Amino acid sequence: MKVTSIEALEKIAKEVRRGIIEEVYNAGSGHPGGALSCADILTVLYFNQMNVDEKKPNDPNRDRLVLSKGHASPALYSVLARKGYFNKELLQTFRKIGSNLQGHPDMNKVPGVDMTTGSLGQGISSAVGMAIASKMDKAGCKVFCILGDGEIEEGQVWEACNIASKYELDNLCVIIDNNNLQIDGEIEKVGGMNNITEKFLSFGFNVLNINGHDISSIIDAVTTAKQTKGKPTAIIAKTIKGKGVSFMENKAEWHGKAPKEDEYKIAMKELED
Amino acid sequence: MEEIKKATRDSYGEMLLELGKENENIVVLDADLSSATKTALFAKEFPDRFINVGIAEQNMMGIAAGLSTFGKIPFASTFAMFAVGRAYEQVRNSIAYPKLNVKICATHAGITVGEDGATHQMLEDLGLMRGLPNMTVMSTSDDLQTKWAVREIAKINGPAYLRLCRMKTPIIYNEKDVEKFELGKGIQIGKGTDATIIATGDTVAEAIKAKEILKEHGINVRVIDMHTIKPIDKEIILKSAKETKRIITVEDHSIINGLGTAVSEVLSEEYPVKVEKMGIPDVFGRSGKAEELMRYFKIDAMAIVNKFM
Repeated sequence: MKVTSIEALEKIAKEVRRGIIEEVYNAGSGHPGGALSCADILTVLYFNQMNVDEKKPNDPNRDRLVLSKGHASPALYSVLARKGYFNKELLQTFRKIGSNLQGHPDMNKVPGVDMTTGSLGQGISSAVGMAIASKMDKAGCKVFCILGDGEIEEGQVWEACNIASKYELDNLCVIIDNNNLQIDGEIEKVGGMNNITEKFLSFGFNVLNINGHDISSIIDAVTTAKQTKGKPTAIIAKTIKGKGVSFMENKAEWHGKAPKEDEYKIAMKELED
Repeated sequence: MEEIKKATRDSYGEMLLELGKENENIVVLDADLSSATKTALFAKEFPDRFINVGIAEQNMMGIAAGLSTFGKIPFASTFAMFAVGRAYEQVRNSIAYPKLNVKICATHAGITVGEDGATHQMLEDLGLMRGLPNMTVMSTSDDLQTKWAVREIAKINGPAYLRLCRMKTPIIYNEKDVEKFELGKGIQIGKGTDATIIATGDTVAEAIKAKEILKEHGINVRVIDMHTIKPIDKEIILKSAKETKRIITVEDHSIINGLGTAVSEVLSEEYPVKVEKMGIPDVFGRSGKAEELMRYFKIDAMAIVNKFM
C-alpha cells in the first residue's frame, strides 16, 4: 500500500533506521554509515514510488531495485521487513551463520531482493540489463539503482552509463547516495571523484540534485525521473553518512563497524519516535 | 576423418541464429567483436535482440545478468581473454553466484589464436571457469558437436561457459554421432588398451590423428573427447584408467588447472595412475601460425605420437 503522507514516511524511515542499528549491533559487524545515509531514499522508493507488492515478490511486472552499493544491505533488509516481505524478527539474524540475510544481498535467499550485489560497480550493469529487458518486452517496469558516491570510482559504472544512454533507458533511474565519504576518507581526496553532476550530464543523463534526506524532494525527483522520456535519470542525493545517529554522522570510521552496547543504546534513543 | 575444416566459432554463430528463430527469449551480447565471434549472423537477423556494448566486457556480463532476471536467455560473446580474464569477477559475482541463466560463449581460446600472441591467447580459462560453483564448462572439438553444445547449454537453467576456437579444425562427427552425445559424458573413440589419450577442443582432432599413426606402428590407443570439463565424466576416466593403465591428456590450455588437472583430480582420489599432461607449460604464449604453435608447444599429433616412440 502506498504511503502518501510525508510525516508517515518520515516515521517509517526512522523505524528503518532503528532496524539498521539493531541489525548491525546484533551482528557485531556491518556497514551502518552508508545504510543510514540511504534509508530515506529506500523508504520513499518502497513505500511511495515503486510498483511492488510484498505478497508477490516475483511478479514479472514489478518495478526493480538494484542496491549496487550492496554493503548498505541493513537498510534494504530493514525496509523489506517493514514492508512485510519477511518477518522483522529475521533482522536479528543478519550476518549470522544459517541466516538468509547475508552480509551483502543475495537474490536467491531473500524475498524482495531483485539482484545479488556487493562487489561495487556491478549492480548498475545488471540494472541496465533489466531496463533493456523491460523495454524489449514492453513491460513498463521501472528500474532503480542505488550507487555509492565512492562506488562510482569503479570504471564499470561509466561503461554502464554509456549503454544506458545509448539505449535511451528512460525507465532507468540511478540514485547516487552522495554522502561524500568512502572508507579511507573524503571522496575527493581518496579517489578524486568530483563534478559528479557534470559527469552524468556528459554521459547523457537527465540529472537532478536533491537533499537525500528530504522526503518530499525525493518524491519529486523520482516522479520527475519517471516522467522523463528518451534518457535515463541520475538523482544525485546529497546525504549524510550515518544520518540520524549523532556520533556516526559524517564520520568515515562508521563506514563498516558495529556500535558497542553503550553506543547502541544512545543510537536507539536518538532514533526514538 | 575428412579434411573438411571449420572453426567452432563459425558453428556457434550458425547455431545461435537457428536458436534465435526457435526461441524469442534468446538475446545476444557482444563487445565489438561480432564479426570475429560470429554473433554478427544473429545481429543481422535479430537486431532488436542483439546488444553491442562496445569494448566493455565487464559491463556486458552485468547486463547479461540483468537480462536473465527477466527470463531472457542471454548469450554473451567475446574473446576468451576478455570474457574470462577481464570480466572474471563480474562473471563470478553477478552470474555464477546468483546462478543466473547466462551463457558465456568465448571464442579465440588457446594458443591457436596464433599471430596476435600472448596478450590474446587465453590459456587459463578452463581453470578459472571450472573453479566457479554453478558453472557448467564445455569445450567443443568440431562443427556438429559445437552446434549440439550450444543447444544443450541453452536448455540448462543456469550459467554455462563454452570455449571456442579461432582456428579451423577438421570435421570429426556426423549427424548420427550427435544423437548419442550427452552433456557431462565424454566420447570414446576407439577401443585400444595400450593407452588413453584424453583431449578437448582443438586437440581432439590431433589426438585422433595420433591414434591412427600409432596404429600403423602396432600401438592401439583410445581417444576420449572430453567436451564437458565440468561436470567431468568420472566414469569414463576411471574405466579407461583401469583398462589402459596409461593416461595422457592433451589440451590447448595451460597444464595448470585445465583438463589434465581435472582428470588428475579424479584419478588421484579414486584410482591413482600416472597422468602425462600435455599442454602449454607454465609460460605465456607467443606469435606464430596456429599449426606452428601447436607444434612448438607440443600439443599436435606428432607430439602425442612421440610419447610412444
